[in-house]
Amino acid sequence: MSPGIDFAAEVTKTSTGEALQFWVLAAVALIGALATVFMKKAVHSALALVTTMMCLAIFYLAQGAVFLGIVQIVVYTGAIMMLFLFVLMLVGVSSVDSLKETLKGQRIAAVGLGLGFGILLVAGIANASITHFTALATKTPGGRPVYPAETNDEALRAASQGNVQGLAHQIFTKYIWAFEMTSALLITAAVGAMVLAHRERLVPRKTQRELSEERVRENKQVAPLPTPGVYARHNAVDVAALLPDGSVSQLSINGTLRARGQIRDVSAEAVHSVAELESAGADADDEAWPDESDGPSSAPVPTARQEHDDADSSSGGGSGNEVAAGAGSKEGRP
Amino acid sequence: MNPVNYLYLSALLFTIGAAGVLLRRNAIVVFMCVELMLNACNLAFVTFGRMHDNLDGQIIAFFTMVVAACEVVVGLSIIIAIFRSRRSASVDDASLMKW
Amino acid sequence: MIETSSLASGVVLANEGGGGLHSVAASGAYSALWLVVGLPLLGALLLLVGGKRTNAFGHILGTAMALGSFAVGVLMFVTMLGKDDADRSVDQHLWTWAPVNEFQADIGLHLDQLSVVFVLLITGVGSLIHIYSIGYMAHDENRRRFFGYLNLFVAAMLLLVLANNYLLLYAGWEGVGLASYLLIGFWQHKPSAATAAKKAFIMNRVGDFGLAVAVFLMFTTFGSFDFADVLGGSASASDGTMTAIGLMLLLAACGKSAQFPLQAWLGDAMEGPTPVSALIHAATMVTAGVYLITRSAEIFNASPDAQLAVTVVGAITVLFGAIVGCAKDDIKKALAASTMSQIGYMILAAGLGPIGYVFAIMHLVTHGFFKAGLFLGAGSVMHGMNDEVDMRRYGGLRKYMPITFVTFGLGYLSIIGFPLLSGFFSKDKIIEAAFAKGGTSGWILGAVTLLAAGLTAFYMTRVMLMTFFGKERWKEAPAGAPADWHEPHPHESPTSMTGPMILLAFGSVFAGGLFVLNESFVKWLTPVTGFSHGDLPMSEWAVTGMALSMVALGSAVAYVQYARRDVPAVAPAASLVTVAARRDLYQDAVNEGLVMRPGQYLTRLLVWFDNRGVDGFVGGLAAFIGGTSARVRKVQTGFVRSYALSMFGGTLLVVACTLMARMA
Repeated sequence: MSPGIDFAAEVTKTSTGEALQFWVLAAVALIGALATVFMKKAVHSALALVTTMMCLAIFYLAQGAVFLGIVQIVVYTGAIMMLFLFVLMLVGVSSVDSLKETLKGQRIAAVGLGLGFGILLVAGIANASITHFTALATKTPGGRPVYPAETNDEALRAASQGNVQGLAHQIFTKYIWAFEMTSALLITAAVGAMVLAHRERLVPRKTQRELSEERVRENKQVAPLPTPGVYARHNAVDVAALLPDGSVSQLSINGTLRARGQIRDVSAEAVHSVAELESAGADADDEAWPDESDGPSSAPVPTARQEHDDADSSSGGGSGNEVAAGAGSKEGRP
Repeated sequence: MNPVNYLYLSALLFTIGAAGVLLRRNAIVVFMCVELMLNACNLAFVTFGRMHDNLDGQIIAFFTMVVAACEVVVGLSIIIAIFRSRRSASVDDASLMKW
Repeated sequence: MIETSSLASGVVLANEGGGGLHSVAASGAYSALWLVVGLPLLGALLLLVGGKRTNAFGHILGTAMALGSFAVGVLMFVTMLGKDDADRSVDQHLWTWAPVNEFQADIGLHLDQLSVVFVLLITGVGSLIHIYSIGYMAHDENRRRFFGYLNLFVAAMLLLVLANNYLLLYAGWEGVGLASYLLIGFWQHKPSAATAAKKAFIMNRVGDFGLAVAVFLMFTTFGSFDFADVLGGSASASDGTMTAIGLMLLLAACGKSAQFPLQAWLGDAMEGPTPVSALIHAATMVTAGVYLITRSAEIFNASPDAQLAVTVVGAITVLFGAIVGCAKDDIKKALAASTMSQIGYMILAAGLGPIGYVFAIMHLVTHGFFKAGLFLGAGSVMHGMNDEVDMRRYGGLRKYMPITFVTFGLGYLSIIGFPLLSGFFSKDKIIEAAFAKGGTSGWILGAVTLLAAGLTAFYMTRVMLMTFFGKERWKEAPAGAPADWHEPHPHESPTSMTGPMILLAFGSVFAGGLFVLNESFVKWLTPVTGFSHGDLPMSEWAVTGMALSMVALGSAVAYVQYARRDVPAVAPAASLVTVAARRDLYQDAVNEGLVMRPGQYLTRLLVWFDNRGVDGFVGGLAAFIGGTSARVRKVQTGFVRSYALSMFGGTLLVVACTLMARMA
């Protein structure tokens, strides 16, 4: 007996190992699927889907579809899902979907239909009552196995040499026409994607010179935009610069961050710090910066912590606006 | 173990995917749910192929993957195009085709 | 009472086999037969399609075509004279119009003794009137169109009398109706002319409907339209069918020949140019009904009921027209009433059967001469009198237009039946035939024709006296004359007009004499129509004497009333009968009351039903569907997830059904 026949014989029955593997991974796959549907963030959904796909890949391998299992991992999980992630990045990673249903009755109907459909499918499969596998080497259930040596069937011979050889034989003989058609389909899809994603440029791109000239002509913002972190205690890109009066300069933050509302406002803390600095100067202390671990000073101006606590208490446990929450977490004292 | 369990799993995954298509508004997530449905079908194909002792099931699954790849490429391009013009990836926002 | 003469029965027997009309195929000189119809048709085509390009020579061309047709007609006649009775009728099959299995509609011409009489009358009188029109219409800017219409009329009328089957006859019948409509309304800028044209057309439609039904009945009964098949098979059909066909043909004749009860259009038709009145509404088209009845002699012979109806219609119309004619002051309308009355004579004669057919045609021909002459005379008078038509504004014109006076006078003498003139012979024969019908009905018809002869003498003498004798009333301005009224200057018409009048006057004088000489006309027509001498209850001389005394009486009364007394320039108040006659015996009121008003009410009812019932239902249905759609379209939310939901639901259903089918 050739190894191929052994392999084929192997996959016609389910071993205990496969059963164990199935019960564990089926649960994982289901959880992944559910997570795909119910995760708030699209990135999490994508990752959950990756999990499910990996489980499926293993199932393919376990069922003897070696080639498909590998392709599932490499192409599906590796390429297609990455494409998803790229698009997610373009559209905006952190945009959170509101899971509040807007269409009246849609949720109930969807769940009802889903349940009904699932029950129908399960019932249908159960009704079919399939209990046995036919071996790859046998032509009739229960009949004597036919070995490749005894047959002239090329497909069987090819299959006996391994899964990839078997698939190749089928694809390049029986399914050659469909296979060629998929190549046309792929070309079409590639061209279509280019057409759809292409943005026609109607006017030539402005040069840096033109941009600066335009700025001067408009006389609105002649100088470069303020950099982030000016007068602030941090110079990270998400920390807005402070204007002389202590308010935040929106211009200093990248537009994307502004749109997402990911600006860390440190104006309040800075005011305190300056006040402390001033009071320290008045005490003729050498320390340029007050010790942060110090308790609240006796200065009449409010401290940062107090301000923070006020913000927390007022917004009910930090679940309020993101700016305040983010600022609070980053600015937590060591 | 009865291999029919693979089919049950496939049915469940398909149903979850379908429900996701109906429930989610983010076009990308909807798309992922469609992928989930396709994968569930693939699992069923592979299992059927094993049951009937031939490679046709696997080949169909293979073609499904190719078609799914094309579909993803075009679909994601459409989503990007819509996002560009509407600043939104919600399928409910693109509801111009109505009375 | 009626004894069919051996001659007539011989003829009936001579119609051997299935052929009511025995005929041979056209050959030799006969093969030019189609030119009789073809020439005027070509003229009409050239003039009407050619448009303004033919303006310069249009009248010449039209007249030439009519004359050419006349020449061919004469050739046919001469050829026919040289043959035996049996060989005189010929058929010329031109082509098959619509061959559909058993339905064979042929374009074919049939020439026999009857048709040739009509051909000569139509083309002869027609040519004269074409010539007359050259002068009469000289100042009309649409003269070319006028000649086109005249040619069209001549062609259609010739087609009518030459057709060898009823379907083609119907085509000609409609053609003359169209030409009549176009010519009555030739001056369509006058509202009265346009209205008169419509009136004539619509009343003719009623008659045409009768002819159409008759043709349908013929086809269902005999399976053919050919005269030969229909008339030859008339013996085999049931009495009821023959009566129905006969009555429908009578209806057709009533419409086209202005017989009671479809007579109302003829008076108004005088709105057309006078040559038209002379040609169409006196000499030719209005006699088509007589032709139709005579041509269908076998059908009427087979149905005494239909014959009776024909005589009754004729008798009523004879008196109707005569009474109306006595009261009309408009010279053309008086002549039109006279036409109606004279055609009543012909119809009456045709209704008498074989004893009358020949005389109906004979009177038709003589009437064609003298009535056309009278109309042309009237046209000539109007031509000299600034188109004045009111005879009360004429008077003493004999000095100013002597030729017109003489020709008109000869026509007048002929129509009243002055001894030895045309009208005397033909009318006298009809009166004799009426008496010869026998029985009470014979006496009644005889009395009616005698009375009508007296009335004819009265009203024609009245016309004559008021126009050419007495005071010259046209010299005074009429009561409501416009400021620019000026005295007319009566003058004789040009030669192109007087020439035809003179020729027609010859016909008025001599035609009748020629016809009765050696009974030539009777012998000529007998092979076609059959003939029998009736059994006169008195001597012929007694009938002639009575007729002449009636004529003398009528003329005398008219002389007393219109020559001895002054004719008032405005119609005086008069008795109820006169007023009724002036208003055409209330024919329009009767038509309006019996047909128009009920029709209007019916239409209103239908409109109401249409608006409320039909539109209500349809509109309601539309509103229902519209409302439902407006609600259902809300389903189209535009949300792709809703659509996906319904797709999923559909999938669920399909899967469920599949599983149920498997498990069942």
